[in-house]
Amino acid sequence: MNTNLPQQMSGGAPQGAPVKKTPKQMLADYRWVLIIALADLLVWVFWPAQAAPVIRNTWDYLVEMVVILIPVAMLMGLFEVWVPKQLIGKYLGRESGWKGVLLALLFGTAPTGPLYVAFPIAAMLLKKGASPLNVIILLDAWAAIKIPQLLIEARFLGPSFMLVRLALTVPSAILMGWLIQKGIERTGGLDLDPAGSENIS
Amino acid sequence: MSSILTWSTYVIVFGALGVLALGDRAKARQAVKVAIKSFLGILPIMLAFIGLIGLLLGVVPTEVISRYLGQGAGWWATLTAFVLGAVLYIASLVSIPLAASLLRAGASVTTIAAFLTGLMMVNTVTLPLEIKYLGKKMALSRNLLSLVFAFAIAIVIGMVLQ
Repeated sequence: MNTNLPQQMSGGAPQGAPVKKTPKQMLADYRWVLIIALADLLVWVFWPAQAAPVIRNTWDYLVEMVVILIPVAMLMGLFEVWVPKQLIGKYLGRESGWKGVLLALLFGTAPTGPLYVAFPIAAMLLKKGASPLNVIILLDAWAAIKIPQLLIEARFLGPSFMLVRLALTVPSAILMGWLIQKGIERTGGLDLDPAGSENIS
Repeated sequence: MSSILTWSTYVIVFGALGVLALGDRAKARQAVKVAIKSFLGILPIMLAFIGLIGLLLGVVPTEVISRYLGQGAGWWATLTAFVLGAVLYIASLVSIPLAASLLRAGASVTTIAAFLTGLMMVNTVTLPLEIKYLGKKMALSRNLLSLVFAFAIAIVIGMVLQ
């Protein structure tokens, strides 16, 4: 795969890069990298004995990270074009049973961005009649057991850590969804802002 | 084991891309584009965290890490890590390498697990947004229950893997 990545550090805008950014924006994006590099420099100047371990550790983690990040990013791309976001809604209703639970789990683990991206989707699903149980499972899966995250976890913390956490998180998400659904039913339904029976503000 | 997993990930993911390319070239190209965008998007914060890890491991002696975060540090260390995880907002793709570096330097499994489960499951920073979209009932109960479950999961992970 020819990714044609732009250079990471400063030094002018990359030519023909897929993301168009001004040098100033690039500098802002990489400000923390520059600050760390500066700190590294200070270590090198004032504490030269520690410079070698700092460089070695940074390099080791860089290699380890890039090696796993390449397939993880590719996986994100594949999911983006393969997982139909709109279709899911109609399979997550109150009568969906275990099929709905399974689908909510699957949809939640498909990598589609940070959790706050999931809130509008979850609200849309609730308004379309998805059950609170399934929506909670979706959100919990999205937050804690996204597949790219699991791959990174297996790589860095070991497959057993990843599997134990996964095995505990799935039933927790289902139990939480069930508890919250019961709670919502007992207290008179959802309190969604625009379409709900009660107003929150 | 980890590296076998990594290489099988390569084979599966790029195999799937190949299959997709055979069927629909435009879609495959789109997938590659999204992949490059995701990669470049995470790169600045990723490099910063890697730099931080390198600096931390190079400068802080492992004895210090294991003293404050290890088995001997006790429940306060675990609880502090959990609360930190619960209130902070760090993308999990970068927090996992950080957690792993601390674990390898002598932190206890329970403490590291508590930090990660808190970070992933309790979403304090995005809570106002969650309330806005899902209502107080759902958002607050989800995060409160997550608080309980996340801590319990960390404890069990520690018991199983310590």
